[in-house]
Amino acid sequence: MTNWQAICTVQDIPVLGARRVARPQGLDVALFRNAEGEVFALLDRCPHKGGPLSQGIVFGRSVACPMHNWTIGLCDGQAAAPDEGCTPGFTVQVQDGMVYLDAAELATKAVDLVRPIAGPARRCTQTA
Amino acid sequence: MKKSQLVLVGNGMAGVRALEELLKIAPDQYEITVFGAEPHPNYNRILLSPVLAGEQTLDEIVLNDWAWYSDNSITLHTGVTVHAVDRVRRVVHGTDAEGNTVSAPYDRLVLATGSNPFILPLPGHDLQGVLAYRDIADTQAMIDAATQYRHAVVIGGGLLGLEAANGLMKRGMQVSVVHANEWLMERQLDDVAGKMLQQSLAERGMQFLMQAQTQELLGNANGRVCAVRFKDGSEVPADLVVMAVGIRPNTALAQSMHLHVDRGIVVSDTLQTVTDPRIYAVGECAAHRGVAYGLVAPLFEQGKVLANHLAEWGIGRYQGSLTSTKLKVTGIDLFSAGNFQGGADTEEIVLRDPYAPGGGVYKKLVIQDDKLVGACLYGDTVDGSWYFKLLREGRSIADLRDRLMFGESNMGDTGHEGHSKASAMADSDEVCGCNGVTKGAICKAIKEKGLFTLDEVRKHTKASASCGSCTGLVEQIIMFTAGGDYSSTPKTKAVCGCTDHGHQVVRDAITQQHLLSTDAVFRFMNWRTPNGCATCRPAVNYYLISSWPKEAKDDPQSRAINERSHANIQKDGTYSVIPRMWGGETTADELRRIADAVDKYQIPTVKVTGGQRIDLLGVKKEDLQAVWKDIGMPSGHAYAKALRTVKTCVGSEWCRMGTQDSTQLGKDLERAMWRMYAPHKVKYAVSGCPRNCAESGIKDVGIIGVDSGWEMHIAGNGGIKTEVAHFFTKLKTAEEVVEYTGAFMQLYRLEGWYLERTVHYVNRVGLDYVKQRILEDTAGRQALWAQLQFALDGEPDPWFEFDKAAVDERQFQRVIPILPALQNAPAALAK
Repeated sequence: MTNWQAICTVQDIPVLGARRVARPQGLDVALFRNAEGEVFALLDRCPHKGGPLSQGIVFGRSVACPMHNWTIGLCDGQAAAPDEGCTPGFTVQVQDGMVYLDAAELATKAVDLVRPIAGPARRCTQTA
Repeated sequence: MKKSQLVLVGNGMAGVRALEELLKIAPDQYEITVFGAEPHPNYNRILLSPVLAGEQTLDEIVLNDWAWYSDNSITLHTGVTVHAVDRVRRVVHGTDAEGNTVSAPYDRLVLATGSNPFILPLPGHDLQGVLAYRDIADTQAMIDAATQYRHAVVIGGGLLGLEAANGLMKRGMQVSVVHANEWLMERQLDDVAGKMLQQSLAERGMQFLMQAQTQELLGNANGRVCAVRFKDGSEVPADLVVMAVGIRPNTALAQSMHLHVDRGIVVSDTLQTVTDPRIYAVGECAAHRGVAYGLVAPLFEQGKVLANHLAEWGIGRYQGSLTSTKLKVTGIDLFSAGNFQGGADTEEIVLRDPYAPGGGVYKKLVIQDDKLVGACLYGDTVDGSWYFKLLREGRSIADLRDRLMFGESNMGDTGHEGHSKASAMADSDEVCGCNGVTKGAICKAIKEKGLFTLDEVRKHTKASASCGSCTGLVEQIIMFTAGGDYSSTPKTKAVCGCTDHGHQVVRDAITQQHLLSTDAVFRFMNWRTPNGCATCRPAVNYYLISSWPKEAKDDPQSRAINERSHANIQKDGTYSVIPRMWGGETTADELRRIADAVDKYQIPTVKVTGGQRIDLLGVKKEDLQAVWKDIGMPSGHAYAKALRTVKTCVGSEWCRMGTQDSTQLGKDLERAMWRMYAPHKVKYAVSGCPRNCAESGIKDVGIIGVDSGWEMHIAGNGGIKTEVAHFFTKLKTAEEVVEYTGAFMQLYRLEGWYLERTVHYVNRVGLDYVKQRILEDTAGRQALWAQLQFALDGEPDPWFEFDKAAVDERQFQRVIPILPALQNAPAALAK
């Protein structure tokens, strides 16, 4: 049986926008809301170069990654052709205006994926 | 419900492209049957020349393989020639190789029977070894002949004849080209270019018999051709004779059907024949407004319109095409478009350098009534697309006239190793510096995926998709690999895939219909999508707030990320904060506040920008509002399509050389115009003397102090393609500078298309037009300046007045759910 974790209300998510959901391990989950009031949940990470999808423009049932403009489908996380790649999705339920995510997925799904490292920290990890 | 029957007679490029377009918009409307006389699937006929020359193989030029037909449930009859169509019973009858009849009924019929090569009715024309050059069979016969025989004669020194001759020569034959006219390719080239072309080809070993008149083809005992005899009695040996003297639309079938034929099958703007409304014609066999096109780009345009009508949308119109010609002989660059001959009422600008390495350069531009009406380029064709664009747009080039000949190539100044000739590049050379795409990778993608247009290459390889600096090179590669850039050439470029409307139409509708929201625009203009896309929403949002200040509501969800967050997003999802420093000056107090914020929020990098201010990189989104508050300086708008900075040099306040007080004017300008949104970023600079230390020469608005006042320069641009600003006017006072530049900004805000920098806007409308609006029309200028001031009056600082600036604060806060271990949610929820 699924443990549903209450996250926020649907109203907390801007229409044609997103909210970032923090979790103890792993990158944020991005919750999207489109013009029809549908709610989607994807890992907040573009399959291209790891950019935050939550910051992109939402249209139809897609979001344009703010980094390099890949179009990612909100239903399945797939990049639109001819780009290839998929971002992990999270099971989401909406009931009585409340958004729920699967607690087990929140805790364990895609916790190993990371953002690109930027700034001076990057130089420490480069080999001489 | 039973589907309608669609029959296509002809399996060539025009007809099958029409099917592809139809399948995109109405895939289930018809049962489709195709009859093709040749025993092949649809192939790219244009690339037969590279195949002949050994640069490509027959497999590589197939556009739609057998599987495509079955995947799309299309019944294909190859090797079947349609010999009759019963228009009363609506049935098509074809004959296969064995003589059997193959029939298909139709509700709609499309004739795409192409052209037949014209065979000169000379004695001996039916000997073995006398060929036309039209299809795969001809090409294969020529390739075979090259392995066994020595001498080839090509009759016809036009485009096709020269490509045939080149191919045969590359296969080792001794080739002579016979041409009736004084110079080659007289339908596309003037005499100078034609003779330069002949010289280049002769240096490669081709022989020419110009102004020669063929009388007879002589055969040997085996019935094979062995020589060509001319009217003057001379003869040349010939084991292979290729006739490339022109093509005629293939209208025999149409005539037998009693369709109206005049040169080609006469069709209307909807590609319907004028005789029978169920029958259409497309491609080389069709005559539209008296023209039967023999080049592919117009045929693709026709295909799109035809599909529109077959799908019963009923809104497409084909109105004819402007065409350009490029010769596909590797190493020879040739481009021709429009009225290249010139003549009475025209002016010709000619650049001629016969000694330029690589066979010389010759460029001729023909101008009429201040418009470019023709171009003929030999040896340097990198600006071909630009001239073609000017030709199509028909805009006045009076302000460009003196530099028109020197080109405006799509090439930026950086990012492609300085190459300007794709043919000279090795496969491993990098064409696109932004995305690391080599020439070889582009060629491979074009061949493997059957790409035809610049857009397709961009989508599939990313080459030219970022800064665009290598576009000219990519276009050249497309020309040689795909046979040309077959981008459809609509007069207006659509805003995006959601609409066919161009930017101007959208802007005008917003103004004339007083539209105030993106929804209203999408509904009024029949957008194909409910909420636009990442391209059009920001554009439409900008048009709304600039056209109707204080009325239209700014929609944060229609702003691109940087403008929505009011900070610059970095590669790891953090942001950078750049506070405003008026005229590039700061104080100890500001520096302390910045330094304290860096420590408090542990901001990793502090950088000084080219805009003369400080950049704090690596700020987490959750910290942005607090950082802005702690620093307490106004937004620098470094993230926006707005006024960025006004760079200054020290000027007369301090500098020994300073003629004018550039720092004060710079600050005044910045205070007057900050928070001004525009079609793209705007950068100003003010220098205190002509030494120009603030680099005014490459700014959207560059001011230079001189003894008697200020020089105003506009539409400069640093970056991808460095552009020097145009001198605009000389002004006496600082107040005038503020008014004139403000008026120019307002003009740009109202008329620029989203993502046009001032340089693109001014190139589009012409500098003369801008001068008329700003310098000559005094009342107009003052009105523009007043409008800008009105729009900016009360405009909020987005770092402090969130509500007023339409900043959605929810974006800064992450949701942090409390995760109880093993607690169950309300029982009402299903698993």
